Amino acid sequence: MATNQLMFILFALMIIVFSILTVTTRKILRAATFLLFVLVSTSGIYFMLNYQFLAAIQLTLYAGGIVVLIIFSILLTSHISQKFESPGLKKIIFSAIASAAGAILAIVTILDYSFSATTEAAKQVDMTLIGKSLLSVDYDGYILPFEVISVLLLAAMIGSIVIAKKGGPAKIQSTILNKE
Amino acid sequence: MSTGIPLQYFLILATIMFFAGVYGFLTRRNLITILMSVELILNSVNINFMAFNRYLYPNKLEGMFFSMFVIAVAACEAAVAIAIIINIYRRFTTINVEDVNEMKF
Repeated sequence: MATNQLMFILFALMIIVFSILTVTTRKILRAATFLLFVLVSTSGIYFMLNYQFLAAIQLTLYAGGIVVLIIFSILLTSHISQKFESPGLKKIIFSAIASAAGAILAIVTILDYSFSATTEAAKQVDMTLIGKSLLSVDYDGYILPFEVISVLLLAAMIGSIVIAKKGGPAKIQSTILNKE
Repeated sequence: MSTGIPLQYFLILATIMFFAGVYGFLTRRNLITILMSVELILNSVNINFMAFNRYLYPNKLEGMFFSMFVIAVAACEAAVAIAIIINIYRRFTTINVEDVNEMKF
């Protein structure tokens, strides 16, 4: 067995085990830690597929940014040693049946379908190509989604500041109403 | 790097991760754990995009750019969701979805 197959099995096992643990563990900080493991193994999968730039984005943005944000909000909103109550047997059984049925359906469909790859030569992905495609207006260019995503990022930043700041929109409005 | 591994293995891996996220979305009651389930779902979709791009259309880059934009949208979504969660916690002192049942202030 080749090394890359071993690595794939390792990453796949880590992803499967830790993603199931993320949704079943009853301690919230542990769930966040397991989510971190899942995201790091996903970046390993990206490295195996030879997309180094996206693997780096995955590591810095997901594993570095979002997980830290989630852990911060966990520390702000709940007690660390607090344990969830179990969601109830009926709910567990029906949710498990629903997700298992969906997974089996999807896997059967995947195994049944015959994928046909293109015969054209593979493109070498390097930073120059990524940057040029992001800012090009040609047929292969992605300038419009790039601009839209920058506006979205700005809007999300302003929105989250306004929502989360002390005395958010509701409080300001209620003080205005009280004055009237 | 990915020789000797069929495309289907990546897709099955992403499927299992996706439905683990769906299970968490259905059973969890805490808002932050629901958010984590959504992150799992988004992440599994990214694996699909990348695997399709590498195996079926290696002469194009659409899958890679699409997952890049999905990651950016996920970051926005997490930031806004956590701002809302903190605001809810300030108002109700809980982030349990069953206890937060009114929208008026």
